[in-house]
Amino acid sequence: MTAALKDRDLRDTALEEKLLHARLAHTWRTPPGLIGFFTTVDHKRIAVRYIITAFAFLFLGGILAMLMRWQLSRPEAGLIGPDLYNQIFTIHGSTMMFLFAVPVMEAVGVLLVPLMLGTRNIAFPRLNAFSYWIYLAGGLVLWVAFVLDMGPDVGWFAYVPLSGPQYSPGKRVDIWAQMITFTEIAALAISVEIVVTVLKQRAPGMRLDRIPLFVWASFVTSLVVILAMPAIVLASTMLILDRLVGTHFYNPSEGGDALLWQHLFWFFGHPEVYIIFLPATGMISSMLPTFVRRPVFGYLALVLAMVSIGLLSFGLWVHHMFTTGLPRVGESFFTASSMAIAVPAGVQIFCWLATIWLGRPVWRVPFLFILAFFFTFVLGGLTGVMVASVPLDTQVHDTYFVVAHFHYVLVGGAVFPLLAAITYWFPKMTGRMMSERLGRWSVALLFLGFNFTFFPMHILGLQGMPRRIYTYQMDLPWGGMNLFVSLCSIALALGFALFAFNAIRSTRSGEAAGDNPWGAATLEWATSSPPPPYNFARIPVVSSANPIWDQGQSLPVASGLSVNRRELLVTTTADAEPEVRETSPGNSIWPFLSAIATTIMLVGSIFTPWAVVWGSIPVAIGLIGWFWPRGTPEDDS
Amino acid sequence: MRRLLPLLSAGLLAGCTGWQSALAPRGPVADDLHGLFWLFTITCALVWLAVMLVLLAALLRRPPDGKARQERAMQHSARAIGGAVAATVVIVAGLTVASFLATRSISAHAEDALVIRLRGYQWWWEATYADPRPDQNFITANEIHVPTGRLVRIELAAADVIHSFWVPNLSGKQDMIPGRANSLAFTARKPGTYRAQCAEFCGLQHAHMALHVVAEPPEAFERWRTAQVAEAARPHGPEEDEGRRILESKACGACHTVRGTQAAGNLGPDLTHVGSRQFIAAGMLPTTRGSLAAWVADPQSIKPGSNMPMVPLTADELQAVSAYLTRLR
Amino acid sequence: MKPWHAAFLTLLLLAGCKREQRQYRLDPAIAESLDRVEVLPVGINGRPPRVITITGDPYRTNAYQLSQGKRLYAGFNCQGCHADGGGGTGPALMNGWWRYGPDAVSIFLSIRDGRPNGMPAFRDRMTPEQIWQLTGYIQSLGATRASGAAPSRNDAMQTRPAENRAPAMSRLPSPYEGGP
Repeated sequence: MTAALKDRDLRDTALEEKLLHARLAHTWRTPPGLIGFFTTVDHKRIAVRYIITAFAFLFLGGILAMLMRWQLSRPEAGLIGPDLYNQIFTIHGSTMMFLFAVPVMEAVGVLLVPLMLGTRNIAFPRLNAFSYWIYLAGGLVLWVAFVLDMGPDVGWFAYVPLSGPQYSPGKRVDIWAQMITFTEIAALAISVEIVVTVLKQRAPGMRLDRIPLFVWASFVTSLVVILAMPAIVLASTMLILDRLVGTHFYNPSEGGDALLWQHLFWFFGHPEVYIIFLPATGMISSMLPTFVRRPVFGYLALVLAMVSIGLLSFGLWVHHMFTTGLPRVGESFFTASSMAIAVPAGVQIFCWLATIWLGRPVWRVPFLFILAFFFTFVLGGLTGVMVASVPLDTQVHDTYFVVAHFHYVLVGGAVFPLLAAITYWFPKMTGRMMSERLGRWSVALLFLGFNFTFFPMHILGLQGMPRRIYTYQMDLPWGGMNLFVSLCSIALALGFALFAFNAIRSTRSGEAAGDNPWGAATLEWATSSPPPPYNFARIPVVSSANPIWDQGQSLPVASGLSVNRRELLVTTTADAEPEVRETSPGNSIWPFLSAIATTIMLVGSIFTPWAVVWGSIPVAIGLIGWFWPRGTPEDDS
Repeated sequence: MRRLLPLLSAGLLAGCTGWQSALAPRGPVADDLHGLFWLFTITCALVWLAVMLVLLAALLRRPPDGKARQERAMQHSARAIGGAVAATVVIVAGLTVASFLATRSISAHAEDALVIRLRGYQWWWEATYADPRPDQNFITANEIHVPTGRLVRIELAAADVIHSFWVPNLSGKQDMIPGRANSLAFTARKPGTYRAQCAEFCGLQHAHMALHVVAEPPEAFERWRTAQVAEAARPHGPEEDEGRRILESKACGACHTVRGTQAAGNLGPDLTHVGSRQFIAAGMLPTTRGSLAAWVADPQSIKPGSNMPMVPLTADELQAVSAYLTRLR
Repeated sequence: MKPWHAAFLTLLLLAGCKREQRQYRLDPAIAESLDRVEVLPVGINGRPPRVITITGDPYRTNAYQLSQGKRLYAGFNCQGCHADGGGGTGPALMNGWWRYGPDAVSIFLSIRDGRPNGMPAFRDRMTPEQIWQLTGYIQSLGATRASGAAPSRNDAMQTRPAENRAPAMSRLPSPYEGGP
């Protein structure tokens, strides 16, 4: 028997249940301690690490927001000078967009997509590990620079010529641009993994029309990332070249163009909003059925709405540039396209409303967050229709109205669903429930705090308060409302703090959760909580969009995978019929080493272009180690 | 409370005015934008209310029992969704058309428009009143005057980084972009002073980059214009004489111009009639002798990072300079 | 926090401490002492005020101060005679030849007090701080090694490589390009 166990091609059909678990646990294990920490390629461990890091950045960005509110609470408050304030609002925006919102949404995808698809690991797991280390390095670069009083100070949008060589001396902007490069690499890596996982690693029988909606959302988002990120890669590289080597991409005197930056930036920047928002809609579509006890209404409509939002998001970027004096016809086109995206967004809202209408609500914390989402997101979406109008935008552009609008969309539309998702999938990852009582309190504080903080900002904007000002004068009638906003923001901050406290406490002392505490329908609830390193002992076979509800908690399984190698089942793209068995890469230190080498190269290139040349040598060594042939067969039919 | 919030805010909206507010239009362009704003706001508020009411009903409703009833409810829902999507399309199309019509109506042209060339600097504004007669040209800074009832066209340019010109009471905003020419037209209906503020982030003192638009009847405007064309007022008495001497001989004259004196620098705002302006330092302080002295004595405490250096002057010299600057009306 | 992270952070902190701090307002006493240069009797050279050394030589090493110098170079029309460093009516500033020596004090004195044969005195046109900023920038023009703090190109027609790409010119000028 021992000899048989050592056989490389031992199949799961040959083993009984208990022995199978033991063998799989051995094959898929992560070594304990520091070695395991740096070498693991388990998508769940990496995703949880990603999520925790993203929330740490949310906390830091939130502190900056509170500092800004403190400074703005009264006119001409001398608490923070203009230099520091500019760094603070730049780093607040950059942190929230690049280091919190996008990574956390992708990380939830990394966590849930393989579980929901019934596979054992994400595609390209080492790339996944590499992605996390690169992301962490990018975040550290930005924040260390800030601590050293050389944080970027030109806004998260970094318009040239202000961010260009002449008006931003020093390394501040270079640090920002390189931080962008780090987060782009990280996001692109994850997107590629998710696209491949969704297309090729679905459980047998999970046809395209049975894919959980969150997976659809992650899939569409990943495609948007792959198409949008190259624009910002190009833009930030050209900015660094202008600053470091003296090229003239953005210099109008030498045939460059200052507006080129804005076009490239927003060609990425607008899809960016949907990169954050689409996964959130996917979360809602996947959670809502559980809390109304019926399948989501209009599955096909929801999928098509997500795909069309993904497509349309590339046709709206000019609505960030309505005041730059572009030709009228072009502006009218972008007004129409910006408003048109309200239609697919509306379809989603209507389908969810119908789902609630037909179902029986269960008033648990995630559902309360979803209701808070409806209230705030619909409002933010409608102010979005207002800023899409060229003439109206000339009044509200770059004012606090826009600040209010996008916080409604991003916090209401993405953070509330995210907090719902954390509460909802928390038991799956930890085996424990989050406290319902504390959860209700945090929903209330967040909902009231958010609306009282951000609703008055609409009015401030209409009263003429521009964005990005470090203070305002006594003779402007904004003092009272700013004080009110600042005070209410304390409630909002307390809401986040309470949520964090609840989460941290519940990891230790939460009520134990079973495999499927919410009675949900999708595959991630078919395995244990927390799932074993190999996710599923036997790959489930699916014959419905809501497998657990329609097929029962113990699903039929496919078998025949090797247990002594990390084998996954690869299925066909459309109908998910089993194709081949593929070996998934094991633990490795090389992604971590390659990430360090890449970091050294990218940080060095802030100071000298030669870093790209010399820095590529360690990167090459890292990659050679990473891809060194291991002599195992890649896959078997 | 959720219901109260919009009501509360509507109350606040109705009650507020301001000299830098999109809600207090003082010209036809701003009127149109204001009308469009309320059209959008009311439409959006109704849509929001409708969605919230449906949500509330969905939450309170008892779902149907029995298979046949559920089937029927699903059919109804599908039809309702179809209807809602159609309504969305209609509303969105209507708002697009309204927005397009508003764009057309506010882009008016007139032959006799007053043309002012405005140039944004880090962190102040230079205004040139170009006139076909060369001796009627003049340059001023941080305050422009316009006649009421006449179309004014502002030609916008930037000297360094992107700025944005925005007088909410009169019109929407338009960016000033290096290497590009933009323009903006508006008419002021009533006399008054309207505040404009740079609306595109432009660096350290973005918060203190204001410009005042003084609308006055055509006769008063002509008087002002004639006064601006003239050279600087002559100093009265020995203190002001001394002030002028200091302005010319110290660092002041290297950056500022005072027409009719030897001060002919072009790095900072033109000071020929600085005493006639309501504010100094781009809307930072009201023009008084005291504030002028404070500004000259320590500009970096008032506007940290601005390009005005702290020129070492004795107390007497400061007195003299501020006396002379106040004289430049 | 892993020990490795801590070590990395400390290293960064040590390397970059205060590197980019921006000083907008000088204490009046310091501003005044910036003018106290001990000049040698010949008037060519001298010793810089101690306050510059104490504050870490910001006018040569701080990117913000150098960029202010660059702004003043254009604002006070230094191009009029020196072009963008290549020289014209006045001597070139980036060929490594300095008529009165390459050190900061002699450049400071040239600007403040003027020099025979056409260099005007800027004593009454600029504050001492501004003259130091301009001095630092002019030193970066003639630098023979690239510096991370030196300014980059302007948003204007290119007449010379950016200052941070030094050396802008070969160390040995051709005999026709001025010189001592």
